[in-house]
Amino acid sequence: MTSPVPLQSITKPIECIAADTFAVPAASSPPQDFQTRLAMLRALFPALALTLCLCLPSGKAAAQDQRDLQSILQTEAEEVASPGRRSVGSVIDALVASELPQAPEFLQRWSEREVLQRTTDGLFFYGTREGDSYALTDLSTGEPAGSAPASEIEEIRPNGGVRRVIASALVQFQLSDPIEARRIEALDSIARNPSADQLEPLLASIEDEPSPRIRARKEELAGMLAATFGDTPEERIAAISALSDGVSVQIRAVLNQILSTRSEVGTEIPEGTNIARELTPGDDLTRDDAYARLVSEDLAPEIQSRDQLKAALTANIDGGTVGGVPIGALDTEEARARAYETLAAAGTIPRLVTEEDVDAALASHVFFEAYDEDDPAITDAARAALNEVETRVAVHQVADLALDAVSLASIYFLAAIGLAITFGVMGVINMAHGEFIMMGAYTGYVVQQIIPDYTVSLIVALPLAFAVTFAAGVAMERLVIRWLYHRPLETLLATFGISIALQQLAKNIFGTQARPLTSPSWLEGAWVVNDVIGIANIRIAIFVLALIFLALILFILKRTRVGLEVRAVTQNPGMAASMGINPERINMLTFGLGSGIAGIAGVAIGLYAQVTSEMGANYIVQSFMTVVVGGVGNVWGTLAGASLIGVLQKGIEWMNPSNTLAAQTYMILFIILFIQVRPKGIVALKGRAAGD
Amino acid sequence: MTRKTFLTENRSVFWFLLSLGVFALIITVLADGSGNGMISTSFVKTLGRTLCLMLVAIAMDVVWGYTGILSLGHMAFFGLGGYMIGMWLMYARTEIVLTASLNAAPIPPTPEEIHDAIGSQIFGLVGSSEFPAIWYFAPSLPAQLALVVLVPGVLALVFGWLAFRSRVTGVYLSILTQAMTLALSLYLFQNDSGLRGNNGLSGLQNIPGLGDVPQSHLSIAFFWASAVALGAGYVLFAWVVSGKMGSVIRGVRDNESRVRFLGYHVESYKLFIFTLTGIVSGIAGALYYPQAGIINPNEIAPIASIYLAVWVAIGGRGRLYGAAIGAAVVSLLSSWFTGGSAPDVNLGIYTIQWTDWWLVLLGLSFVAVTLLAPKGIGGLFDLIGNRHPVPATSSTAAGPDLGARRTVEGEEEK
Repeated sequence: MTSPVPLQSITKPIECIAADTFAVPAASSPPQDFQTRLAMLRALFPALALTLCLCLPSGKAAAQDQRDLQSILQTEAEEVASPGRRSVGSVIDALVASELPQAPEFLQRWSEREVLQRTTDGLFFYGTREGDSYALTDLSTGEPAGSAPASEIEEIRPNGGVRRVIASALVQFQLSDPIEARRIEALDSIARNPSADQLEPLLASIEDEPSPRIRARKEELAGMLAATFGDTPEERIAAISALSDGVSVQIRAVLNQILSTRSEVGTEIPEGTNIARELTPGDDLTRDDAYARLVSEDLAPEIQSRDQLKAALTANIDGGTVGGVPIGALDTEEARARAYETLAAAGTIPRLVTEEDVDAALASHVFFEAYDEDDPAITDAARAALNEVETRVAVHQVADLALDAVSLASIYFLAAIGLAITFGVMGVINMAHGEFIMMGAYTGYVVQQIIPDYTVSLIVALPLAFAVTFAAGVAMERLVIRWLYHRPLETLLATFGISIALQQLAKNIFGTQARPLTSPSWLEGAWVVNDVIGIANIRIAIFVLALIFLALILFILKRTRVGLEVRAVTQNPGMAASMGINPERINMLTFGLGSGIAGIAGVAIGLYAQVTSEMGANYIVQSFMTVVVGGVGNVWGTLAGASLIGVLQKGIEWMNPSNTLAAQTYMILFIILFIQVRPKGIVALKGRAAGD
Repeated sequence: MTRKTFLTENRSVFWFLLSLGVFALIITVLADGSGNGMISTSFVKTLGRTLCLMLVAIAMDVVWGYTGILSLGHMAFFGLGGYMIGMWLMYARTEIVLTASLNAAPIPPTPEEIHDAIGSQIFGLVGSSEFPAIWYFAPSLPAQLALVVLVPGVLALVFGWLAFRSRVTGVYLSILTQAMTLALSLYLFQNDSGLRGNNGLSGLQNIPGLGDVPQSHLSIAFFWASAVALGAGYVLFAWVVSGKMGSVIRGVRDNESRVRFLGYHVESYKLFIFTLTGIVSGIAGALYYPQAGIINPNEIAPIASIYLAVWVAIGGRGRLYGAAIGAAVVSLLSSWFTGGSAPDVNLGIYTIQWTDWWLVLLGLSFVAVTLLAPKGIGGLFDLIGNRHPVPATSSTAAGPDLGARRTVEGEEEK
């Protein structure tokens, strides 16, 4: 690349020219948004000139530089002043050929009706009206060029057709813009609003595209445009077949667009129609819908609704009887039908449409869907491509679902592992476990109020949440649970009492509205593989956190003295005590550890869900399910339970995407049935350790 | 030696029925409906509802205090009973209102027309006008009354059969019943469940066909109906838990394996108790909700069932009158504290408002009762009469493990 510095000087404002010739009106500042756009365009010129210079012989470029914008415009002055949709091409071609750096700005402002012509000498300016006069700006330099009375100025107002032509000419400038963001923006705008005339500039810009990423994007977009707007059917079919490699939403939209159908009905299928499928009333569409379609096409009379029937009868009451039936007897459907038929036979009202009429009408018509595209070869190719794409999308969706399920499983694992440990070791179900989760989340919230840096506050909050809930857990064990060993059901209720007290306490302190726990910026955003597969960074972080805790808990249980003692107490408290282990101490530590992990889980959950006093209650039942399904007293069991529940919940949600309530209902039903098969969970303790 | 009869064996039945009758009479005399106006109609309704809660609490006591199954699902049966009667109440009342308006038209309405109009009236709120299949019996009072018994009964039977046959016990069983309750309430929260989603059924206090009877009289009638149901339930359960049946279920509570080894089919006993109490809960619900006027899925949420356990625990498990007293005391105190009529306590730096702090107090006092007074309020009666429900056994014949030995019924040795 040559240095852009010398070229930049071309657009540098030459202040002296305008400044001493004309007085500058003080209040001529254009609106803010326009200024930004202008700045953007200005930034674009030097680099644009550079690109153009690079792809052309330098001698020619030097020669072209001699001409200025005004003189080019003057050669086509009439066409510039009153552009027509068909003829404006010559001006644009001339501007493009000139490769002047000011050309894009001119095109832009021309189409936005900001270009004026001074009738006295026929010169063009940019300008804005100020009272009776116009403030003029020179086209080439962008400097003020004095003002002119309104009588000497003609505003140039290109019509909509011309503006479209200009806009698509601008696209090719943008597509070759040296700033990547601008090129991507241009591609985005094409993707949003594809049209036939964008295809050529797009194809032209592919060759010189320096970035491989954008190049790929351009090729993809060109393929999509070619599939819709290609000149010959062969060209389109080739482009359509090429599309079958992708999964993106745009590709699917393009293919669906080609495959768009209209529903039609007639006595027979017209010759030369590209039929998507024929519809049989009763199978592909209901009888009522089919008949309603006939009615809307005026091919059959409307079926009288009960209200219409009643209104018709009411309108024909004749001295206490309707069609010979006394009014009092009209309280059954049969009597009404009889009265109606009498009236219809007399010709007073239209005949009643009977079931037989409906059947006959349906039998004498065909219902079909016809492609908007007339060429069957193209629709067949598109159908084949779409099927291929959809198969691939389905595979990717499964992968995406698996990611979601893994992230959900990590959350359940974090929420349930503490519960599982305490249940395994002490046989105690802690109903306040959900409130420990909440306590951890509120700890994170409070830390964020004190430490404004989100990264630091998160680093502080995690151990602090552990410490707070560890202390709360130990306190609860010492004060309450210790007295209730051998009475597991009463522990369940006592911890429930603590749970409602803690929940209400949190409500009294923090209020009922949800408190945000903001994640640091590096956790925002998502890991996006393609349009189908993607997962939020925060969920990846929770997955990592769950892995860390899995490793940590396994290490503590399998490699440390405390872990050995915990396992001993889990298996047989009496025997463990005989071997010199203090079960009370182990119980206390275990309960603290379980509660502490709940606190950590609370911070993690709070990062992506709202922190409320009821958040623990939302997770407690799922945590119970995880423990019950996984089996008690085993880390791997909890992991298996969390995975099963995570996969199951996502799977059910996928099958019934509109309804998460139904998904949860079915999941719980499944768990109740699962317990039938494995009452002790997936990983059950065996032998004496299993107890009763 | 006097002859043993049901009443002499269960003297609490006599005292309970006596005090219930006296209480009902006093309320009737003082109520607004009988012209005295010392007790407002809404308070009579509150008392009537409390009687229904006492009935479900007794059922809960039988299943938990006597059989040892901590069910967290009995309020779901209670709610289902309410839904079943609510369907008829809502259908019949809408029918009366709509028939009147349709009769004003020049042509008399047909049955189909009325049925469709009721459908769009009831389900317009959830964007539908078709009657779901479960409303098939709604026009018929006898059918819905049968469903009040059948729906909770069948659900309890099926769930109990599944749970007990796989020998799910203890804490596991509690969690499973809680899951069932949660599944049911989540299901009912959906609009397409056919029971109007989270709107629930409303206007249940208007009894069809009794539009001319003032609410003050209706409230007395429902109060008496609740009192009679409570009395009958008390006698029924007192009979169930006495005699041989009672001994077996208490055995199941204290040591299920041992009872099984003695040759009893434990599952059948548990299933019978679970289903029977489920049905009684449904009946209690069917009496409760016409007095409450509205039912929605929130009433079925697991928390309601846990509160039921709290009432029974505070009142005292293992004695029917304890559970009844617990339900009455806690639910009335609850409405007193949360209703804003309890005076605030000014501590100088902080004023305790009971609407905010009642749940904290309830939670902590519940923990305290569990820890310090496991017999609950019912235990106070032991102090008065210095009685022991079961005489202490000799302490030498302890069983093979800690859990087996009992000196006081229902209490394990430390």
